[in-house]
Amino acid sequence: MPDATGLELIAQEVREAHDGAVLDTTFFRERASLLVEPDSVPEVLEHLRGKGYRFLASVHGLDYFPEEPRLGVHYELLDMSAVDRITVKTRVPTEDPHLPSVTPAWPTANHQEREVYDMFGVIFEGHPDLRRILMPEDYEGHPQRRDFPIGGEAILFTYNEPQLPGWWE
Amino acid sequence: MEITRQQLGTGSREEFRSRQLLARQMLSGELDGPELDQYVEERVLTTTLDKAARWALSNAMFPATFGLACCAIEMMSIVGARVDVARFGFEAFRASPRQADLLILSGRVSIKMAPVVRRIYEQMLEPKWAIAMGACSSSMGVFNNYAIVPADKFMPVDVHVPGCPPRPEALMHGILKLRTMIQKRPDLDWRTRYGGRGTEEFVESELQVDPAAAHTIGVPGGTARGTTNA
Repeated sequence: MPDATGLELIAQEVREAHDGAVLDTTFFRERASLLVEPDSVPEVLEHLRGKGYRFLASVHGLDYFPEEPRLGVHYELLDMSAVDRITVKTRVPTEDPHLPSVTPAWPTANHQEREVYDMFGVIFEGHPDLRRILMPEDYEGHPQRRDFPIGGEAILFTYNEPQLPGWWE
Repeated sequence: MEITRQQLGTGSREEFRSRQLLARQMLSGELDGPELDQYVEERVLTTTLDKAARWALSNAMFPATFGLACCAIEMMSIVGARVDVARFGFEAFRASPRQADLLILSGRVSIKMAPVVRRIYEQMLEPKWAIAMGACSSSMGVFNNYAIVPADKFMPVDVHVPGCPPRPEALMHGILKLRTMIQKRPDLDWRTRYGGRGTEEFVESELQVDPAAAHTIGVPGGTARGTTNA
């Protein structure tokens, strides 16, 4: 991990290269992360690749409900020679969840972006084949969003039924 | 059908020798009269062909090799030495649904997997049965959420085995319950068992088989008798 100072140096460098791209930096429990503008994700990742972070270890989505903008996408980068990690985060609102795809530059992101699309409904512009990957093709809704009903069956021996009436709806 | 075993005679050496001589006479056709009657009564068991066929059927089931999740590990272990299901003739797991007559749903069925499971069940030949093994395939268990569907919603299930996962002994108990059920229930095809007649789906243009003949079972006493016609 870059330490807190190292993170600020990286952030400053990215700011100089891409005006207005970096919104915030966080250094929490030895994890360094950059919060960036949604449209500048590919440029920032490309810049970090030039600094040695050549491996995109993971792309994952999450829902910050009730904070706005609600949806987040995280890109975990790894520098394999320096054994150094950095996280690039971005946030998009549910009304307009569009984000440029990084699949053309990082082929490993293909299935992971499809999963984020499937579970959270983030639309990656420029993805070669943006289809559902886990849920059936005719499924409606994005089940990992916080406002999506848990689903399931009301069964006789649901132990917490009195506390949470109708939890499955 | 109940079969009890009992020893013939007292078991002494002389007794054995005399029975041996009796059998020799019987084979050479020298035995007749009351002695022949007694010999036949001691050795011949009468039953109806229907009962005998169901007895044979219930003791030689071929489960489909179809593991869904963690329950499959327990399912595999029933063929092992500890709870040897081969004692009841269930050990020959078939790799093709065409050769299997028991589908053990061993694990959770996701809504994406359900059509596949249903198709495998449809591909099995009548008579066929299904066991829902474990909490997930019966009531969705700990995965009671948007992604999983209980087996009862898309296919007929004969025996539910509870547990998470059930021990091999529990699955064996379920299998023995199913065996009893097969011996007792004369209506063998699943649509008759669960009132599903008339729900068959055929493409009219490709229909070459009489729908009634689709239920034909080659077992005496089967519900729909007849020959398959082209």
